[in-house]
Amino acid sequence: MKNLISVIILAILFAACGPERPKVEEGNGANEENAVAENANEGKGIGQVKEVTLNTPLEQDRIPRGKAIYEMKCQACHRLDDQRVVGPGWKDVTKKRKPEWIMNMITNVDVMLERDEEAQKLLELCLTRMPNQNVSLGDARDVLEFMRQNDGEK
Amino acid sequence: MKNKVLLGTAVILAAFSIYGCKPQAPQSAAIGDAASRVYVPPGQYDEFYNIVSGGFNGQLSIYGIPSGRLIKILPVFSVFPENGYGYSEETKPMLNTSHGFVPWDDLHHVAISTTKGEHDGRWVFANGNNTPRVARVSLKSFRTEEILEIPNSGGNHSSPFITENTEYVIAGTRFSVPMGGKDVAISSYKENFKGSISFIKVDSVSGHMNIAFQLRTPGFNFDLSRAGKGPSHGWFFFSCYNTEQAYTLLEVNASQKDKDFIMAVNWKKAEEYLAQGKGKVEKVKYAHNVYSEKTHSATSTIRNEVTVLDISELPEIVYFIPCPKSPHGTDVDPTGEYIVGSGKLAATMPVFSFTKIQNAIANKEFEGDFDGIPVIKYEAALHGEVQKPGLGPLHTEFDGKGNAYTSMFVSSEIVKWNVKTLEILDRVPTYYSIGHLSVPGGPTKTPHGKYVIAYNKITKDRYLPTGPELTQSAQLYDISGDKMRLLLDFPTTGEPHYAEAIPASMIQANSLKFFKIEENEHPFAAKGEGQARVERKGKEVHVYMTAIRSHLTPDNIEGVNVGDDVFFHVTNLEQDWDVPHGFAIKGANNAEILIMPGETQTFLWKPLSTGVFPFYCTDFCSALHQEMSGYIRISAAGVKTPLKFSTGKIEGEQPTGAGN
Repeated sequence: MKNLISVIILAILFAACGPERPKVEEGNGANEENAVAENANEGKGIGQVKEVTLNTPLEQDRIPRGKAIYEMKCQACHRLDDQRVVGPGWKDVTKKRKPEWIMNMITNVDVMLERDEEAQKLLELCLTRMPNQNVSLGDARDVLEFMRQNDGEK
Repeated sequence: MKNKVLLGTAVILAAFSIYGCKPQAPQSAAIGDAASRVYVPPGQYDEFYNIVSGGFNGQLSIYGIPSGRLIKILPVFSVFPENGYGYSEETKPMLNTSHGFVPWDDLHHVAISTTKGEHDGRWVFANGNNTPRVARVSLKSFRTEEILEIPNSGGNHSSPFITENTEYVIAGTRFSVPMGGKDVAISSYKENFKGSISFIKVDSVSGHMNIAFQLRTPGFNFDLSRAGKGPSHGWFFFSCYNTEQAYTLLEVNASQKDKDFIMAVNWKKAEEYLAQGKGKVEKVKYAHNVYSEKTHSATSTIRNEVTVLDISELPEIVYFIPCPKSPHGTDVDPTGEYIVGSGKLAATMPVFSFTKIQNAIANKEFEGDFDGIPVIKYEAALHGEVQKPGLGPLHTEFDGKGNAYTSMFVSSEIVKWNVKTLEILDRVPTYYSIGHLSVPGGPTKTPHGKYVIAYNKITKDRYLPTGPELTQSAQLYDISGDKMRLLLDFPTTGEPHYAEAIPASMIQANSLKFFKIEENEHPFAAKGEGQARVERKGKEVHVYMTAIRSHLTPDNIEGVNVGDDVFFHVTNLEQDWDVPHGFAIKGANNAEILIMPGETQTFLWKPLSTGVFPFYCTDFCSALHQEMSGYIRISAAGVKTPLKFSTGKIEGEQPTGAGN
């Protein structure tokens, strides 16, 4: 009886004062992550860009467009030589990274910084998160062509 | 026996535990699941945006409902230190008027734009009560985009109510005044003072406002108004007080008559006269200010003409309906058939019928005229009276189930009643002295219902005291059942007058995240760090500066003198959501600024002494925010220090960063 009464007291206390438990919906991102990991393993980074076709000679019409985007959205942090300022200099970036990785880094930077090992290494080095500059896929492709030219391709 | 004692103790304990968690009577009637009804868990959103006037602070504030959380203060008619509105060179013209720069006005009412009588989620209009103006605010950018001054007005209270497709926004003068700035004796009120109602046309695409015409009316006070809708679309209803035409001690002298008027305006008829060229163009002076999202700048244009329709010369535009006594609110129900007049000194509340008004006009059931304008017989227009509704009825909102909710200022309560039967269904106390009230979608054809929010005039003991000046307050009530239930008190900034609430789903997805740098047409923008520079034009020094995490370019500036006007035009190069940068410099007499991604904002700095002055980003933006800074060197007047500017350049070394 005593125990029962204690239980009643406790139950009433909790019923009267117990906080509402917030409902938290847990998402299921497991499949997505697996798919992403495969892509990352190939050194192409994570994002919409799975395959980029590079042409030689360079696609000349892309270069001035890519340069204009560079000057507006990238130049504040990236130089065209190998000197790091805020972010790494761009010299030879197209020789070190796959084109898909570069375009994913430009267009999907927040996810890349969260999940891509190479991107994370750069963050540890630079200590400033690369901002999302809302560059479209088409514009990123133009920037890539400008980078290739900067790396001496014809 | 022992068990009985224990059981008794348990009951007492239980009673105390429940009592201990309950709010104390009599201040609150919130009960049961009130807490969970207003609790929005972390990471989740409110169901409604509540757009609330700030009264004498001249701003709007945005709250989430049902939580009552303040999510934004939006400056309209007042300068705002938080984001530089009214301080930056770009926004100063927004507060220009024919009287010059007015830094602070009084904002009373809001109107969310409608299409076919329903919320369309595009704009909010707001009135400047003191120096008469109407503003249009974008619900995409949550910024004031346009402010139009109202000429021939003595205080813009009866405003900014809108027609069903936002064809017109209304600006009715609170105080009648002599037109044209005439120098006359105040005692010549009856002879010289006139009222003025402006119909502001709203461009259906751009939202741009333009005074289509003004009605010249007899001189008395216009308080509030509502447009007809559905069957009454094409009409507008205004409450009028001081039909006594008193000009002193209005408290007594404007409360003499048993009835004042509701003024019914047939604005389609007015449009006909206008098309026939019956309007008279008058010379006036008023400012029209427009903010451009492309140039990130406002322009202020002084306009000089307005077209006036004189209702004493043009019949069938206006009819007066007697309404007891000094009516405040005049509210039209969702069907458009019923017009509620709230006589703030009256013991009953009349509800007029649009059909009956039309019949009375057709059958000329007039009791006389006022300055030549027909006065419809009270009974001929009346649907019925709500008997003993409470003391001091002010405003009425509707729930779409045929019910009305009226605020009672003197008796501090909301009264729920049936519009057709006029039967009183429920009443709840408010704490204290409710002014306006709002049901989500209340003024539209299809109210969203669910809640009524009380905006109170007096706070007293509802919150922890903060000296003589207390927070203002609002209260949220559940109206989903038969009985109204108090759920929540929440504090408000400024004095809340009218407010509207709109489902978050109509706004949220359209909310602008940043300005596209490609589309920035500011004449002093630096669209990329390569364009950052300093230019001297005589005594003016223009700094084209860029900001991006985490540096300003240029961050070393020399060659500027005491006596120069230094304009810092700062372009935020970021293109991501929620990355504003701020800018401040030591000794800034004018302003600081906050620059949204992709935007350019300017402030003017006048160096008064020599030295080296630091400047920095004021909005914590990144891990290296503390490093986001620079220096400007100020030389004495006349000293020819060479103009120099740079970022990352170390004198005597190769220009370099941190190395690779």
